[in-house]
Amino acid sequence: MAEYKKFTEDMIKTHTILIPNMLPIHFKLIIEIMKPMGYKMELLENDSRSVVDEGLKNVHNDACYPALLVIGQFMDALKSGKYDVDKTALLITQTGGGCRASNYIHLLRKAVERNFPQVPVVSLNFSGLEKDSAFKITPSIFIKLLYAVLYGDLLMTCYNKCRAYEENKGESAKMLEKWQNIIGNMFRIGKHYTATKKIYREILDDFGSIQLTGEKKIKVGIVGEIYVKYSPLANNHLEDFLLSEGCEPVVPSLLEFIMYTVTDTFNNARLYDTRNIKTRIYELVYKLLYSKQKELIKIMKEHGKFEPLHDFEHLRSLADKYISQGVVMGEGWLIPAEMAALAQSGVENIICAQPFGCLPNHIVAKGMSRAIKEDNPNANIVAIDYDPGATRVNQENRIKLMLINAKR
Amino acid sequence: MVNKLSLGIDVGSTTVKTVITDEESRIIYSKYQRHFSKVKETVTEQLAIIRGEYPNDKFTVCITGSAGLGLANSAEIPFVQEVHAAFLAVKEKTPDADAVIELGGEDAKIIFLTGGVEQRMNGSCAGGTGAFIDQMATLLGITADQLDALSLKAKKVYPIASRCGVFAKSDIQPLLNQGAMREDIAASIFQAVVDQTVSGLAQGRTIEGKVLFLGGPLHFLSGLKNAFVKTLDLDEDHAVFPDDGPVFVAFGCSLYAAQNDDRFTIDEILLKLKNAVSTDNIVTGEPLFASQGEYDEFIERHKKHDLGYADIRTYKGGAYLGIDAGSTTTKLVLITEDGKILYHHYSSNQGQPLDKIAAQIRVIYDSMNPDIKIMGAAVTGYGEDLIRSGLSIDHGIVETVAHFKAAAHFCPEVDFIIDIGGQDIKCFKIKNHSIDSIMLNEACSSGCGSFIQTFAMAMGYDIAEFAQLGLFAKHPVDLGSRCTVFMNSSVKQAQKDGATVEDISAGLSSSIIKNAIYKVIRANSPDELGKNIVVQGGTFLNDAVLRSFEKEMGRDVIRPAISGLMGAFGCALYAKEHSKGESSLISREALAEFSYTSKSAQCGGCTANCQLNIINFGKGRNFISGNRCEKGSGKAKKNNIPNLYEYKYKSIAMMKQNNQPTRPIGKVGLPLALNFYELMPFWHTLFTELGFETVFSSESSRDMYYLGQHTIPSDTVCYPAKLIHGHIEDLLDKGVDFIFYPCMSYNIDEGESDNHYNCPIVAYYPELLAANNPRLNAKNFLYPYMDLNVRKNVVRVIKDCLKNYNIKGKIPAAVEKAYLALAVHQTDIANKAAEIIRTARAENRSIIVLAGRPYHIDPEINHGIHKLITSLGMAVVTEDSIAHLARTPELEVLNQWTYHSRLYRAAAYVTTQPDMQLIQLVSFGCGIDAVTSDEVRRILENSGKLYTQLKIDEINNLGAARIRLRSLIAAMGKDA
Repeated sequence: MAEYKKFTEDMIKTHTILIPNMLPIHFKLIIEIMKPMGYKMELLENDSRSVVDEGLKNVHNDACYPALLVIGQFMDALKSGKYDVDKTALLITQTGGGCRASNYIHLLRKAVERNFPQVPVVSLNFSGLEKDSAFKITPSIFIKLLYAVLYGDLLMTCYNKCRAYEENKGESAKMLEKWQNIIGNMFRIGKHYTATKKIYREILDDFGSIQLTGEKKIKVGIVGEIYVKYSPLANNHLEDFLLSEGCEPVVPSLLEFIMYTVTDTFNNARLYDTRNIKTRIYELVYKLLYSKQKELIKIMKEHGKFEPLHDFEHLRSLADKYISQGVVMGEGWLIPAEMAALAQSGVENIICAQPFGCLPNHIVAKGMSRAIKEDNPNANIVAIDYDPGATRVNQENRIKLMLINAKR
Repeated sequence: MVNKLSLGIDVGSTTVKTVITDEESRIIYSKYQRHFSKVKETVTEQLAIIRGEYPNDKFTVCITGSAGLGLANSAEIPFVQEVHAAFLAVKEKTPDADAVIELGGEDAKIIFLTGGVEQRMNGSCAGGTGAFIDQMATLLGITADQLDALSLKAKKVYPIASRCGVFAKSDIQPLLNQGAMREDIAASIFQAVVDQTVSGLAQGRTIEGKVLFLGGPLHFLSGLKNAFVKTLDLDEDHAVFPDDGPVFVAFGCSLYAAQNDDRFTIDEILLKLKNAVSTDNIVTGEPLFASQGEYDEFIERHKKHDLGYADIRTYKGGAYLGIDAGSTTTKLVLITEDGKILYHHYSSNQGQPLDKIAAQIRVIYDSMNPDIKIMGAAVTGYGEDLIRSGLSIDHGIVETVAHFKAAAHFCPEVDFIIDIGGQDIKCFKIKNHSIDSIMLNEACSSGCGSFIQTFAMAMGYDIAEFAQLGLFAKHPVDLGSRCTVFMNSSVKQAQKDGATVEDISAGLSSSIIKNAIYKVIRANSPDELGKNIVVQGGTFLNDAVLRSFEKEMGRDVIRPAISGLMGAFGCALYAKEHSKGESSLISREALAEFSYTSKSAQCGGCTANCQLNIINFGKGRNFISGNRCEKGSGKAKKNNIPNLYEYKYKSIAMMKQNNQPTRPIGKVGLPLALNFYELMPFWHTLFTELGFETVFSSESSRDMYYLGQHTIPSDTVCYPAKLIHGHIEDLLDKGVDFIFYPCMSYNIDEGESDNHYNCPIVAYYPELLAANNPRLNAKNFLYPYMDLNVRKNVVRVIKDCLKNYNIKGKIPAAVEKAYLALAVHQTDIANKAAEIIRTARAENRSIIVLAGRPYHIDPEINHGIHKLITSLGMAVVTEDSIAHLARTPELEVLNQWTYHSRLYRAAAYVTTQPDMQLIQLVSFGCGIDAVTSDEVRRILENSGKLYTQLKIDEINNLGAARIRLRSLIAAMGKDA
């Protein structure tokens, strides 16, 4: 591997780290976690056509859309003049799986090196890649990140529900902001955030107090490639569109994806007879995550007003009906499992948002729809491709067709 | 009594339909009209006509259609999705229909009514629609109706890629240039539409029972109707083409409107439309010219690059003829001894290049001074072989060489040439006065001349007029830079948002340029292209395109005044340089009697069964095309040039004869697909050692693909994957006990990469097969997960799989033998490669490393490209046979797939061997090659080697491959 610009200790003080806009709710909390360690981070919000243009210029056009957008967003930001490029670093996640996505960081570095050789690119990963970076995920940060994901998921779920039905426009958004501040503050001072039960209940009560209209709306689940599924930049503001069509968007939690990546290791070990000490560690991590998920689900169930997250063990058993848990590239078996879980819980209309030409999705999304529909005859699944050239009209027309089938 | 009237307005991508229904849901008025992209105007016009007839009536109203969505929103008129509107109409009119197929301008839809209602429409990337038919008609220079008439006289049907219009073009073009019957091509186009509908939309559901056909194309084109009826095997009672088919959706829309309560007069509706403000969310760029002065300066600057002219009637002396038989156009140039132009011609070939060129040569003979002597002639372009042989031209040269010659005439120090023609974008870098690297557009990125022309026509303009409009557009629309199909929807959206024709024209010009720079050239900055840039090709005659290029590059470039004729001019220059004083060009007398007949035949030389076109010029002179190797050409010279592709394929396919047990305990089916092309020795040995008879699926073919087409759920996956569906059907038909096809996240670790994955498709495709082929079940399809790097895992998994056979004890030894057989096979391939390299060197031949994946040895996947290479005198080896000879070079990407890591090593090895070149084979849709191809290019170019990429798909257009190969040879400094 070629040499690249490293993120060094002294940069922690001087540099602002830019992060891509994938999951605004979660990522804002993560920024707060990193603040006490001295890291200055900023969530990118540039969303104009020039993001796509920069992507097209800097990335092979057959590379997948998320790579193109993430890199385009970074390049657009660096060129905007808004940041001192001598004091800016970029952060990108890296999974290390068999999908093309593991190469994003290298494609990004290629692009950055050509234009801004002084800008370091930081890898955020949990697979031990790039150990020489000064950006370190210590065990204590790791635990905080876990809490951020849990709170983020709960806030996202409550917010999505309330936003679709709120009597007073904007009330849910205000509530979200309030809680982002509260939790962000806890992370910053490093206290109180472990009192999950209490905080969960307060969040649920608070969002539960928002006055809803009580109308009946079509629920539309969104599954798919992780970036396109969540990022409004990538999916042409899909959630907003569904809201404007009088639907309630239902978005599965980030925790599911994280738990999915953790189970990969021991699923592989089981299939390929390669158990070792690492497997054991991942099993322990999984146990921890699962207990945390169960706690959240239990409290959500007790509260009763919001649909709880999918129990992960349940997702795994659903996956087994359609596909092996050995399918671990991209979103792998999680996509069919989520589709089945949504259909089972009454969210029968499902949009699978995917980058055009996404390799794993040929198999796990379009490839599994037929089998899922056989078991859930009312399931109404549509795969929507996202791409720099695909137009909104085209996408929205297909979603409208799906909605008609939903209404019938 | 007041009638309760309802009005349905269907605004499609190319037409507007209005229908009025009465209380009993009867159609009392209907109209169908093309809108030429003037959506609002056309709707208003139609409403005005209705107002004339129903001035005071009140209507419930609704809009439908792909272009109607925006209009409905902004005018606050109810909207119904068009597939649903069709559904309502069918329920009303033909309640006993089982399925509905509707083809519109740019959409294709299917509704299944019985056995689970389902409504589907084509995805974002799919041809096979009305616009596709229009585009194909344009290509042939005729109208859609003429195309229809031709198709009815067809004798045969050629396979044409149906997935997308761009692909289909690549199939049709060579057929045209080889002189195939236009009647047959017309029928083939319709068949492609049918295939696309059946495979792309039905996706595994059978279309049967009573089928209703709707939409303009299915109403007006009887050839298309016939093709559907025949393919779906329907009789008269079961194929329904309603008289009101074109307005059917508008009818459904009006039924939907009837459910509303709000009623309006036409005037009120017109007012709503008038007040509709489109949401202004189009992105626009700067105008091409800020002022008239800037434009004048631009025109003045480009005037400088022109040639001298001489009068053909008065000039005396030697003359040289250059012909460029391009894909859609024909160009001729006749020059004097000192390079002045005596005659030039540029026109569309209307699918008949030979006739067109013969006619032009007649014109030259008729008008030229008797004291002119044509002393040489050369031809280039798609039609090179046909023209050369038909009209006895002295030389045939490859296009790149012709263009370079011409460009160097205008700018001897040229660094970079970009040529945008009707169908191609060709770019080449020049280093040390020779072609250094070549970039051609891929099948899926053709934003070329014919594209803008089709658009101009769709909008009701002629091309020159349309281009002129863009020059002073105030806000050129940003339309992105993708393929034609996407561009159509981008334009649709821009129109919806209120962009003017001017803005769209300028936007299209800029899209073509962006496509060329970022997708074809893959430039990151203008500096990469060098200082002296010559642009040429008919498309650059369009000033808007030229200006867009200059703006995007930020520098001035040279456009010769004969921009569209550069290929022909280059040929003339070549003919002059290589003239021996006499030309073999067909004489005036012979030309007067010149005629030919063409017929088609199938070559039986080998299993490829190439479709041949035989053109007979009389006196026993034939021209045969369509053949991949020499066998079909009639010249039966034997080709002994060593070819590892053939050797490797044979050694895998023939393996089934070995080691078969006399009393088998069972029959196992092994598909000849994807990683089996590498691992077959392993699986075959394993199963035969265990006492099984192994059955391989048959050799891949187009028919094999059709056999499994109905079980393909994702039509954008790569062709090698799609082919497996056929292999599975084939094995099931052969009656095996079970098919064995394991899933493997990991490939074999060759110790040279960061990780050793398979790509997601190779790793997990069996999962998709199991979920989508209803004939497969847990008993007849075994697809366990295993990791070949872990022997105990393989033993354990095989034991689990075969536990019913009671052979547990034999498994460990059989697995050992399997590993051994794989190693022996790989050593054999490597040894064979070494032998080929030795032989080639002894014969002083160049060696081509045709680098792809193991499955690229499948003849249906590689389309015989390896034979094309040997026919040009070069030897062929594979990437895996030489990868072990080099270490992994330093990479800028994560090296994590075993097959792909071999590409890097093979490239590194090639850089150390002066007589070796690497050509990368890339299957369309292979996302991973988006990572590898840039990296392989970098490895090669850093060492001064040429990089050539051939993109392959289900299309078997070898024309483009041949140009690249010959250009490569030219760049290597040899005669092409």
